[in-house]
Amino acid sequence: MLTETMPAKDYKSSVPPTWCPGCGDYGVLNGFLKALSDLKINYNEAVVVSGIGCSSRFPFFVKTYGIHSLHGRSLPLAVGVKLARPDLEVIVTGGDGDGFSIGGGHVPHVVRKNIDITYIVMDNSIYGLTKGQVSPTSNVGLVTSTTPYGSPDDPVNPIGYVLTYGATFVAQGFSGNPKELTELIKKGIQHKGFSFINVISPCPSFNRRDTFKAIKELIDPILDTHDTTDRVKALDLAFNTDGKVRTGIFYDLHKPVYHDRLDEIKRKSKASDEPDYEAIMDTFKV
Amino acid sequence: MSTDSHDLIIRVGGEGGEGIISTGDIITQAAARSGLQIFTFKTFPAEIKGGYAMYQVRLSGDPITSQGDGFNIFISFNEEAYQINKNLLKEGTVFMYDGPGGGFEPEIPPGVISYPVPLSQIAKEDLGSYRTKNMVAVGAITKLFGLSQKSVEEIVTNKFKKKGDEIVDINIRAMHAGISYVEKELEKKDSFKVASLEKQKDTIVLDGNEAIGFGALVAGCRFLSCYPITPATEVAIWLSKFLPKVNGTLVQAEDEIASIGNVLGAAYAGKKAMTSTSGPGMALMSELLGMATMAEIPCVIVNVQRGGPSTGLPTKHEQSDLFISVYGGHGDASRIVLACDDVTDCFYLTIEAFNLAEKYQIPVILLSDGALGMRKEAIKRPDLSKIKIVDREKYDPESRGDKPFLRYILNESNVSPMSIPGQEGGAYVATGIEHGEKGAPKYTPENHIMMSKKRFEKMKNVEDDLPETKRIGDDPADLGIISWGSTHGPTKEAIARARNQGLKVAGLFPKMIMPLPEKAISKFAKSVKKIMVPEINYQGQFAELIRSKMGIESVKYNIYGGLPFTPLEILNKIEEII
Repeated sequence: MLTETMPAKDYKSSVPPTWCPGCGDYGVLNGFLKALSDLKINYNEAVVVSGIGCSSRFPFFVKTYGIHSLHGRSLPLAVGVKLARPDLEVIVTGGDGDGFSIGGGHVPHVVRKNIDITYIVMDNSIYGLTKGQVSPTSNVGLVTSTTPYGSPDDPVNPIGYVLTYGATFVAQGFSGNPKELTELIKKGIQHKGFSFINVISPCPSFNRRDTFKAIKELIDPILDTHDTTDRVKALDLAFNTDGKVRTGIFYDLHKPVYHDRLDEIKRKSKASDEPDYEAIMDTFKV
Repeated sequence: MSTDSHDLIIRVGGEGGEGIISTGDIITQAAARSGLQIFTFKTFPAEIKGGYAMYQVRLSGDPITSQGDGFNIFISFNEEAYQINKNLLKEGTVFMYDGPGGGFEPEIPPGVISYPVPLSQIAKEDLGSYRTKNMVAVGAITKLFGLSQKSVEEIVTNKFKKKGDEIVDINIRAMHAGISYVEKELEKKDSFKVASLEKQKDTIVLDGNEAIGFGALVAGCRFLSCYPITPATEVAIWLSKFLPKVNGTLVQAEDEIASIGNVLGAAYAGKKAMTSTSGPGMALMSELLGMATMAEIPCVIVNVQRGGPSTGLPTKHEQSDLFISVYGGHGDASRIVLACDDVTDCFYLTIEAFNLAEKYQIPVILLSDGALGMRKEAIKRPDLSKIKIVDREKYDPESRGDKPFLRYILNESNVSPMSIPGQEGGAYVATGIEHGEKGAPKYTPENHIMMSKKRFEKMKNVEDDLPETKRIGDDPADLGIISWGSTHGPTKEAIARARNQGLKVAGLFPKMIMPLPEKAISKFAKSVKKIMVPEINYQGQFAELIRSKMGIESVKYNIYGGLPFTPLEILNKIEEII
C-alpha cells in the first residue's frame, strides 16, 4: 500500500486503449483506476491478469505488473501468481466468452478453493474481437454472425454460476454507473477470498440488442435490506426471471482462503527456508 | 554390463492386486540391505484389480544398466502368469509356483528346477486369509534363496506398522508359514542364492520419479502444479510430502491446462516452477507451452512417457513423445528438450533442466518414461556440495539509469533481464501476443523477425551447457548406436557384449534432444561406418529428427510392444546389421 493517494490517472499506462468509441470497457477501466487510487494500491505490488478478448487487453492499459495470457486461461495464471506470492494483489479481468465459455471449466475450481483474487468480468454478451458471434451470456434468439436465424442457446447465469460453486464475494455492476462500480471493485479487492464482479459492459459495435439504453431501463439495484450472508437469498435474486438486471452485492461472506490453508500445511510439515537436503536424502536409505 | 557372479534376476508374476508389487519390493529392499546393486522392472495392468502384473528385480555386485534378457528365478502366483512366461522357462531356470491347490498344473520343461508351494492353500486354510498369499511366498523365497530373514521381518513389519499390530502379526505369521513349508517339504535343488556383500554406506535406493522430485527440490523448485496421470503421478506424490517442508507450494489443479497455467503464473511471480505429466497431459498443455516460449517464462515440464496415442497404454513403456516434445504446439516455438537415461540421471538432469530454463528463460521439457519412472535402482548418494544452481538474470534497476525498463530488450545474449513483481520500475505485461522490447503488442514485420530470432538464437550455444555427450566403445567402429532416454541401459550392455565377441561397436547417448547436440553427433557419425538408432516407437522419431536436422541416415530399430528393449534384442540386431 502507498502512504499517500496517487491520482487515478497516474495508474494509467502509456498504452492507449484499443476499444471502440462508446465501448463499456472504458467505464470499467476508469472505475478500476479510481478503485486502485482510493485503496492506495502500490502498482508495483499488483498484478492484473487477463485472457484473450477486447476486455482482456486491460492489463496493457494499467501501470501495474500484468499478464495477458491465452483465451480462457487467465484464472490458472492468476492462481499461480497468487499462490506463489500471496503478498501480491491479484486482479483478473476478461470477458464473458473468456470466462464462461472457453475458460468456464476453471471457474468452479478457483471458486471452491477460495483463491484470494478479484475477478472482474466485462459482460457484453457477444464475441467482440472476432466481430460479433454469440457468447455464453447472449440471450436466446440473438442474431449474430454465426446465428443468423437467432441463437438456439440458453445463456449461462454468471452470478448463479459462481454462487453455486461457493464464491465468497459476488456482485454485479453496470459500466453506465461508474460510481457504484468503483465501490463494488473496491469492496471486491478488499474482500479476503475469491471475489467476483460481473459488469454489464455493452458492446456498441456488435451487440445491437443489449445497448446502454436498453440495459439502463432494466437496472434494478439490490435493496439494502438484502441479507448478503444468505446464499439461498442471493441465488434467489440471481435466478429471478423478471428480466431485470440487478446491481450491487449479492453475497459477501468470510471463509478461510487457500493460501492460508497452504500455510497450515507448511506449518504441519515443519517448513524451513534452509532445508536439510541430507536429511531428506536419508529417507532413501534402505 | 554386469559380469558379476552374483548377477541374479528374480521375476514375480500374478494377478494385479494380489500383492505382486509388494512381494517384489520386499525382495528388492532386502537385497539392497545386503549391499547389492538393484534394478527393478515392473509391468502392471491399467486396472486396479485383475490383469497380469509382473515385478522383476535384477541383483548384482556390479553396476546394472538394464533389466536383463529374461530371468533366473520365476515365481508364479497364477496360471496366467505361468502361461505368459512359460517360454522363458529355459534349462537352468528355477520355477516356484502356487501349487498344489493353485488351480493349475504347469508342465515343467526339461532342465527347469521347480518348487511347488501351496501358497493359496496355506493362506486360506492355515492362516484364514487369502490376502496373505504373497507373504507366504515372501517366506518361501526368503528360505529358498537365502534372503536375510531378519531384514525381511523388519521390512514386513515397517510396511504394515501403520495398519496396526494385528495386521503386522498375520503377515509375519504368513511369512513364517512360507519358511516352514520350505524347511519341511522341499529340498534345495538349485544353486541360486542372493549374495550378501558389505553394505554400501553411500548408496540410496529410489525410483526415477522420486529422483526427479528430489532433483527438482535441490534445483530450487518451490512450486508444483499437477494433475494425476499414470505413470507420472509419483513425482507429485513424492513432492507433496517434501515441497511444503522447504516452504514450497503444491497444487493439484483441475486439469493439465490449469497445471501449466499455474506454473507460468508462479514462474512469472519469481518462483522456480514445474509440472509433471505424461503424454495426454502434455498434449493439453501445448498451447500454454507456446506462451511460455513467447513470454520467455522459465519453467520445467516433466513428461514421464507412456504408450500412446490417445489413452494408449497408460501403464506400459514407450518413447513416443519425442515429436510432441520437440514440435508440439503451434507457431515457431523454441524450447529445450532433455531425456533422462537412468535413475541417477533423473536427479542430475532435473537440476540441469531448471538451470537451463532459468538461464535461457525458456520452457524445458524433461522426458522420462514409465519403465524408468517406476524402476528402483541403488545409486551413489549425490554430493550436493558439487551441484551448481543457476538463477535467472534479474532486472537491476540501477543498470538502466533513467531509462525505462525494457523486459524484452534486444542484446547480444538475446536473454533479457527479468523483473519480478514488487520490483520498483519493473512492471511489464507478460503476453502471448507478439510484442516489442517493452512488452506491448507490436506486429510490424521487422519486430516479428527480430523477436523470433531472439527466441531461437538465445540458445544457439546450449549444447555447451551440458557435459559433453557420452560416447563409449570403439573409435573408429563398424557400427555406431545412438540411443536416447532409458534405451541407453540395454544399449550399453549390448555394446559391451558385442565388443566381448570382437565386434567393433560404439555408442553415443545424447541427453539433449532439442536443440540436437549436433557437434557431438557429427563427430560420432564420422567415426563409425553405419549408424543404428534403437527406440521404442513405430516411427523412429529420434532417427527422423537426426535425419531432418542433420541429413544423417541411420538404420532404425524400432520395437513398440509396451516393453523396454532387452540387451539381447539389441545385440542380435548389432550382429544382423554390422
